[in-house]
Amino acid sequence: MSAEAHGHMEIPFTVHARPDTGLYNGKLGVWLFLASEVMLFGALFSSLILIRTGSTTPWPEGWKELHVYPAMINTFVLIASSVFVIMAWANLRLRKPKVARMWIAATLLCGFAFMGIKGYEYSLSFAHHHFPKTNNFFAIYFTMTGLHGLHVLGGMVVFAYFLTKGWSMHEHEYQRFTNRIEIVGLYWHFVDLVWIFLFPTLYLL
Amino acid sequence: MAQKRQVRVGSQWMYARDAEKALSEALRVMKEEEGHHESFITKYVFSQDHKWIGVQYGVTALCFLLFGFFLMIMMRLQLGWPGEPFWVIKMFFHGDGKLLPEQYNQLGAMHGTIMVFLAIVPLAVGAFGNYVVPLQIGAPDMAFPKLNMASYWCYLPGGLVMLASMFLLQTKGGAAQSGWTSYPPLSDIASQGQTWWLVGMIFLITSSLLGSVNFIVTIIQLRAKGMTWDRLPFFVWAQFVTSFLLLLAFPPLEAAGVLQLMDRVAGTSFFLPSGLVVSGEVLKNAGGGNPLLWQHLFWFLAHPEVYVLILPAMGIVAEIIANNTRKSLWGYRSMVGASIFLGFMSFIVWAHHMFMTGMGQALSAFFQTTTMIISIPSVIILSALFITLWGGSIRFNVPMLFALAFLPMFGIGGLTGLPLGLATTDIHLHDTYYVIGHFHYVVAPGTIFAMFAGIYYWFPKVTGRMLNEKLGKLHFWSSFVFINGIFMPMFYQGLAGVSRRLYDGGIQYAHAKEAASATNPFMSACAVGLFLSQLPFIYNFFTSIKWGERVGANPWQANTLEWVATTSPPLGHGNFTTVPVVYRGPYDYSLPGSADDYLPQTTPEPGTVAAPVIAPAPVVA
Ligand code: HEM
Ligand SMILES: [Cu+2]
Repeated sequence: MSAEAHGHMEIPFTVHARPDTGLYNGKLGVWLFLASEVMLFGALFSSLILIRTGSTTPWPEGWKELHVYPAMINTFVLIASSVFVIMAWANLRLRKPKVARMWIAATLLCGFAFMGIKGYEYSLSFAHHHFPKTNNFFAIYFTMTGLHGLHVLGGMVVFAYFLTKGWSMHEHEYQRFTNRIEIVGLYWHFVDLVWIFLFPTLYLL
Repeated sequence: MAQKRQVRVGSQWMYARDAEKALSEALRVMKEEEGHHESFITKYVFSQDHKWIGVQYGVTALCFLLFGFFLMIMMRLQLGWPGEPFWVIKMFFHGDGKLLPEQYNQLGAMHGTIMVFLAIVPLAVGAFGNYVVPLQIGAPDMAFPKLNMASYWCYLPGGLVMLASMFLLQTKGGAAQSGWTSYPPLSDIASQGQTWWLVGMIFLITSSLLGSVNFIVTIIQLRAKGMTWDRLPFFVWAQFVTSFLLLLAFPPLEAAGVLQLMDRVAGTSFFLPSGLVVSGEVLKNAGGGNPLLWQHLFWFLAHPEVYVLILPAMGIVAEIIANNTRKSLWGYRSMVGASIFLGFMSFIVWAHHMFMTGMGQALSAFFQTTTMIISIPSVIILSALFITLWGGSIRFNVPMLFALAFLPMFGIGGLTGLPLGLATTDIHLHDTYYVIGHFHYVVAPGTIFAMFAGIYYWFPKVTGRMLNEKLGKLHFWSSFVFINGIFMPMFYQGLAGVSRRLYDGGIQYAHAKEAASATNPFMSACAVGLFLSQLPFIYNFFTSIKWGERVGANPWQANTLEWVATTSPPLGHGNFTTVPVVYRGPYDYSLPGSADDYLPQTTPEPGTVAAPVIAPAPVVA
């Protein structure tokens, strides 16, 4: 008996867009996921505002307590990586998977650079005896950048997967693979965007 | 009746009804054969089939429901007869059978947490949503089967962490004791059970995030041909709005949970004000934090959460009422509009839980206004359901009894909420048993009754067999009497000033003593009665799986796709042999001029060609 006879059916619109919504499932899924991420970081930013405005002692000045230059370099690293992941996707659409693979690798490299610099910054803070429990400024700094760092790490794991084990998918399911890069790209832009908010609020304001 | 019409099967003539049963059975057997090819693990443990995941969710959630109920029984025994030793308490806490105050606090916190996050939501969304939504919209599965599996496998560990904190930590300060609301600063300085609670919650939040993305994508993307938005059963709409609430309201609680975890583990002071004195000593923390921040973040989730508890219940009740009045839902469009509006509004009412925090007149005025506004959509939905009853030839079967009882019970719960939403009256009522009575009317005789209605209604879908009607009626009537016996006196207690979360039910307070001691023993006796009333259900559930009366695909003569486009139980992974095509709305009951009193959604308008209703599997050698 064939599987079909028992009602085994494929899930529609996993690869191609549904005509009336114009979206394939994964893309809608990642947009919804990002909506929830907006709420997560939105809650943390609101907490920051509430704690800062409610503070009875003067709020520490970020540019004196933290290390602005490494953070600024990190900002550019992330922005660059956001461009790289688009290049990867664009090259996939141009049917140049080999070039695309290089851009994915470049994105992953940026991830490593970001984490490395971030780690260096943390170690500088620790050397100054600045810990989460020091005061609420450092508490929120470590919590938010830590959570953001976890998001970067998550993205890096996905990129690493696409470079290695997940790479072979492009041979037999090219469109699906292209979609996957588009989806992780959307996520990566979001992670970038969060940093672009974090940098001025924590380091400059 | 189409059911009495004769059809020819092979060389034999038989009633259509019997033929349908035979077909159902044949497909089931074939499915079982096919099932042998899948391994036990992928089929039953790490299943990606929305139906089986729904069953996993349902069974797990029912176990948690029973456990949460059991915790409540211990509390009620203590409240009814304070300081008396009881055998169950002795079994559970290994003491002398007398409940200690800190144990009462554990029971309260864990009862609330388990009921909300581990029993009702997983039952309403994880079980009913998972099982029914894809079938009702004509989808072969959820959009992301792997995520669906991951959702269950985040839920279960989350629940196990909560349970473990009750059983493993009794010598180390016990499980969480700061209420299901976990207000700091108490929760920040509580024993390690609170940390376990936070870890458990992070699992549960992840689970619900995965689930909600999946539901929304499934409903938007996988509707069958012809299943337009205005042909969606109301149940699907309810699940759709619910998923948005879960998606957007839970992350702030996740943020709050992370902050509280930091406070407890990394020594930060997000929720600890400066100069806090604990056991006569000033805490050495940095201070400068804000305990109210937690309350804002918590209620930003927890108010939408109550609509997560009630919307799916309304969806279930609407399906059953339309089916058993044999009428179209009155005001389907208003009901859908009301649900969406309710979803939006539920994000801007949260601080009605905080009138007593001194947040100020202006904020109170704002939140009391939005709260009064949000009561309107609930009233619309409830009124529409009541009006649907009007003039119907009602079939009083067990699902319908539970659905009917839901209406006044939820009505009581909702109406008693209004005085809590007005800042002035809330000053008197806040944190009293009146509040406990109010929200339990919503979630216990309200939502739980709707859940039972759903179980009796969809049981034949899942198992191909009916639950016993007589036992069902016994279950319903006894539960109905006892549950009101527990909760109705709570309004009186609260008005008399009996506070909630009291270890002895209030007798230590002069002003509350009389009201408390007059009613508590009766209420606790009713709680035991309610427990006994569940025994017929539990018995019925297990025996009917094996010996219940076998029925055809559509025992309730319903219109929606899960009944008319596939067998009971449905085919294996994939649900349908042919993709169903939808030609009409879900509630075409008793249309004038048609032979039957129901028209399945797959019935084309006269003149068009029908897609097969239940396509027999082609036999391939
Ligand atoms: C069906 C029978 C139920 C009974 C008899 C019952 C009874 C109780 C009692 C006696 C309390 C403690 C009141 C206090 O000490 O202040 C309580 C608290 C609570 N219950 Fe239930 N309950 C039931 C079902 C439910 C359900 C279905 C839910 C949720 C969906 C629920 C959610 C809660 C919550 C959130 C609390 C507050 C816990 C806290 O103070 O933090 N209960 N219930
Ligand atoms: Cu509320």
